[in-house]
Amino acid sequence: MRAVSVSAAVALAASIGAWAVDPTQLPDPALQARYEALTHELRCMQCQNESLADSPVDLAADLRRQVRDLLLAGKSDEEVRGWMAARYGDFILFRPRYSLRNAWLWGAPAALLLVGALVSWRVVRQRTTLLATDQAPLEEDGQA
Amino acid sequence: MNRFLLPLGLFVLLAVVLGIGILHAPEKGIIASPLLGKPAPQFSLPDLTEPRRLVRSADLRGRWYLFNVWGTWCAECRAEHGTLLRVQREGVLPLIGLDWKDDESQAREWLTRLGNPYQAVAVDASGRAAIDWGVYGAPETFLIDPQGIVVYKHVGALTEDIWSREILPRVSAARAGKS
Repeated sequence: MRAVSVSAAVALAASIGAWAVDPTQLPDPALQARYEALTHELRCMQCQNESLADSPVDLAADLRRQVRDLLLAGKSDEEVRGWMAARYGDFILFRPRYSLRNAWLWGAPAALLLVGALVSWRVVRQRTTLLATDQAPLEEDGQA
Repeated sequence: MNRFLLPLGLFVLLAVVLGIGILHAPEKGIIASPLLGKPAPQFSLPDLTEPRRLVRSADLRGRWYLFNVWGTWCAECRAEHGTLLRVQREGVLPLIGLDWKDDESQAREWLTRLGNPYQAVAVDASGRAAIDWGVYGAPETFLIDPQGIVVYKHVGALTEDIWSREILPRVSAARAGKS
């Protein structure tokens, strides 16, 4: 009975594998994990909102093959990302990298927060001085 | 007066930043190639019409050429074929084709039937050369200068307009500057 359920589980797992877009299996589990992580964070350039791992188009399969070959050749994750970006541009990376060109984008939230703090500080200070001058006698208001 | 200065300044700054963004926004869906201004990828691939001969990027050094990625499975390639033939007839520069993941006999038949605008067609059966060129959809056309640098890239069917407005001026300007 146990053997039956185990073989059923194996058959089920195998059929799930067959349904997936990408049936690639690398010899080493650690390499396989890196392969899966990388194909999920690289963009399919033909269907631009899908990752390489999820896309059924031909080009995505070709690019997955490149990722596999590069990993088997002993390249690091960063080298694979660089290899792809050199050909397709940073657009292929779902997780953008820091660079001098986009530094202002990364810094913008902090800069805006600073501006906001500065403005609220000034407003509060102005209100306080207004309140102080408001203590003047009321008759003057009536004369104006 | 002074209290309006800061918000006004911020508004103008924001308007300028967004304005630059809008003016420089790339055409929707067109991704700028990182190859522009860089050396064209090296390749050495079998010739479509003479499979025993190789089409090599090294042999193309020292002259301008258009590198055109196509396939018989690609409808837009059929649409641009007339333009390619006219470009070839003008004789300004040679066309080098890259037959991308295609049926070779169908590709040969296509050239016999529609006319062959290419000086040579390299066969990229595995799709690896196309990836080196950052191709993501045929047709794509690259302009390469005599130093082997990618000067311009067009994604989609090549038109008379693109040829006379974007490609021809670049070649003529460089040739005029040299003589």
